Amino acid sequence: MSLVLLQEVAVANYGPLAAIGAGLAAIGAGIGIGKIGGAAMEAMARQPEKQGALQGSAIVLIAFVEAVALFAVVVSLIK
Amino acid sequence: MKKILIILLVLCTTLSFSKTAIGVDKNEEFNVTDMIMHHIKDSHEFHVLDWNGKAFSIPLPIVLWTDNGLVTFMSSEFNHDDNGEVIVSKNNQSFVKFHEKIFYASDSVNASNQYLTLDESSYPTNNKPLDFSITKLVFSMFLSMLILILIFGFSARNYNKSSDGIPSGIAKFTEPLILFVRDEVAIPNIGEKNYKKYMPYLLTLFFFIWVNNLMGLIPMPPFSGNLSGNIAFTAILALITFIITTFVGNKDYWKHIFWMPGVPVPMKLFLAPIEFMGIFIKPISLMIRLFANISAGHIIVLSLISLIFIAESVWIAPASLFFSVFISVIEILVVAIQAYIFTMLSALYIGAAMEEHEH
Repeated sequence: MSLVLLQEVAVANYGPLAAIGAGLAAIGAGIGIGKIGGAAMEAMARQPEKQGALQGSAIVLIAFVEAVALFAVVVSLIK
Repeated sequence: MKKILIILLVLCTTLSFSKTAIGVDKNEEFNVTDMIMHHIKDSHEFHVLDWNGKAFSIPLPIVLWTDNGLVTFMSSEFNHDDNGEVIVSKNNQSFVKFHEKIFYASDSVNASNQYLTLDESSYPTNNKPLDFSITKLVFSMFLSMLILILIFGFSARNYNKSSDGIPSGIAKFTEPLILFVRDEVAIPNIGEKNYKKYMPYLLTLFFFIWVNNLMGLIPMPPFSGNLSGNIAFTAILALITFIITTFVGNKDYWKHIFWMPGVPVPMKLFLAPIEFMGIFIKPISLMIRLFANISAGHIIVLSLISLIFIAESVWIAPASLFFSVFISVIEILVVAIQAYIFTMLSALYIGAAMEEHEH
């Protein structure tokens, strides 16, 4: 999910530092989701019959990483 | 033929987002934050649209517990005023509404024609009566409770009607979901022995959060309340999980927190405060996770729509609407996943609290 627009909202009202904070959170989310996606792709390539289970677990783990990035965005949105 | 249908579908999406239309007053700047916050926050009325500068909205009842007893009236008596300028008098008491909060009115107007006294940060210092109104979020909570009661009431009845254990009707839709919560969430985390006591709570969490999130995605009233994006709602759910884990914790659980067995004594003293903070931080993370995910989704969709108004050109509309629909489709997936994660983590914490270790 794109956090670019959350940065836009942060800039319009709470100053550039909040936007920088939200941007760093986006970097963290991108790296985390990329690593999980890469590991899931590799595992699916090794064992194509497990594709369904791997896909389900990958989406759940991505939601955890996304949540941590959103903690940072919530902090940057607080006045 | 298919192309005509696709064009009609895109046009329909413009109608459903029409409630964000601003008034004809072209002199005002379009303030993105105010519009977004107005849609995310609670409100005493269902604001449908602004037509020719007049606001058209569905009023909701206001229920106040004042010093003189219970006072009820409809929010339409405030005449869409949100700045503390209109007084409503009931029962020898006067009330004003300022930024969706109700205060006792001051006796006379201040410099900006408001019946309030403001302090330095422009926040009123008047007293407030206890506000038990049926606001937008309370109404959508009641509506989602009604939907859940209907769905699961009919499911239960369909189980009773069938003779061989195979249900008919809507129970065929809810049975896989309930079995999923039982077999993938409750039993692996809480264990075969004790999971039955906590199944009602986990099922309630899962479906209540899911239905509330879905209702927040629908832009039309009466479904447009953003209940799970309100931190008070998620705080109460996290609090209930916290209360259950505290009361269910057995001796092993508390021992692991305050006096972790199997490590040298300096480490035990070092770990104790961290584990103690962990007791509170785990439910707080549950609360913030749900609140941030749902609010972030709504803020993104609203920002994409407000791109049209910032650019002040209608030709941004197809791109903006395409992205809004795309994000909304992702939101449907995110909503289900967040309900599942809240339920799974609650089950995990409850299971960890009642786990029997063999040391």
